[in-house]
Amino acid sequence: MVSRTTDDYQDMVTAGCEAVCEPAFWAGYDRKSADGFYDYFCQLTEHEPKRAAKFGLAHFCWLCINPKESEDMGLAKDVIDLIPKFIDKPGVLGIGEIGLNKNSRNELKVLEMHVEVAAKYDQLILVHTPHLEDKLKGTKLILDVLKSDKRIKPERVIIDHVEEHTIKLVKDTGMWAGMTLYPESKCTPARAIDMLEVYGTDRIWMNSACDWGISVPLAVPRTMLEMKKRGHTVDLIDKVAYQNPIQFMRQSPKFKLTA
Amino acid sequence: MNRQQVLDMYFMEARAKLIDIAAFLDRVDRAPGEADFRLAAFRQALKELDGGTPERAKNVLLSFSDPSVEPLEKASVKGAIGAFAGNVKD
Repeated sequence: MVSRTTDDYQDMVTAGCEAVCEPAFWAGYDRKSADGFYDYFCQLTEHEPKRAAKFGLAHFCWLCINPKESEDMGLAKDVIDLIPKFIDKPGVLGIGEIGLNKNSRNELKVLEMHVEVAAKYDQLILVHTPHLEDKLKGTKLILDVLKSDKRIKPERVIIDHVEEHTIKLVKDTGMWAGMTLYPESKCTPARAIDMLEVYGTDRIWMNSACDWGISVPLAVPRTMLEMKKRGHTVDLIDKVAYQNPIQFMRQSPKFKLTA
Repeated sequence: MNRQQVLDMYFMEARAKLIDIAAFLDRVDRAPGEADFRLAAFRQALKELDGGTPERAKNVLLSFSDPSVEPLEKASVKGAIGAFAGNVKD
């Protein structure tokens, strides 16, 4: 996890985590050139797996230019052109986290360019949905793009950061839904469990955000504890926290757990 | 869980959050100057708590959401602010 310390890796392994799945995302500032992304992709595909391995953690990643940097079409095209150079690296599961941020026309074009790469190289897709007031509209626009491309199989796409007003839209498409656990925005453990109880446990997973902002790498293990307190069975907790992510990610032949 | 168990597990947490909301509104009222549309959006969303169906979280989120369908011509900012001005009713 490029924005976290090794303490977090140690804590995650201690809590029973077996693998990290790290999307390419915004660095907190705009990178000025494709060269910056080249280095970032090297970090994600070469250096970070080694760092995680020191703690016994498998590391997988996704490649893209994040929607927050997608307004600059020239930069986006240069970065997307880099992806094929990295796509065969052992830990690369697919294209992500692509999607929208402010739901602009350029962001949509860049999303379509990423979808093209995913289709051409038969990659899994991980989608970021916008924040707060932009999420509903962005989720609808993203789903329209993905549904209109008949090469994209819904079961090979996960739409991340769903909340109560978008989860059904996503699940109705046959795509996977991701619930991202944050202490402040997106979704709390209690709300994530509510959604599992209301919308079922198929094609859904929970993820801890481990970025440069306020986020908790152990959010998934803590949510598992809360599920237990709410009386959910060990089997159901295992399905949501462990089996479901494996079911989705092993659609990529590169996803293997040694444990 | 039955309702009693839900209350046992979550009442104190929800109570604390409710008092935080009350204190936040008091704080805003005490502060000088004009509020922007977010305060009205917040008060509007609070009304969703009185809804009679168990979709209050969804309805609060919808009340803060941009309902339009056309993409923006250009993204002039990166961040979101949590409410959509066009939803605020006079």
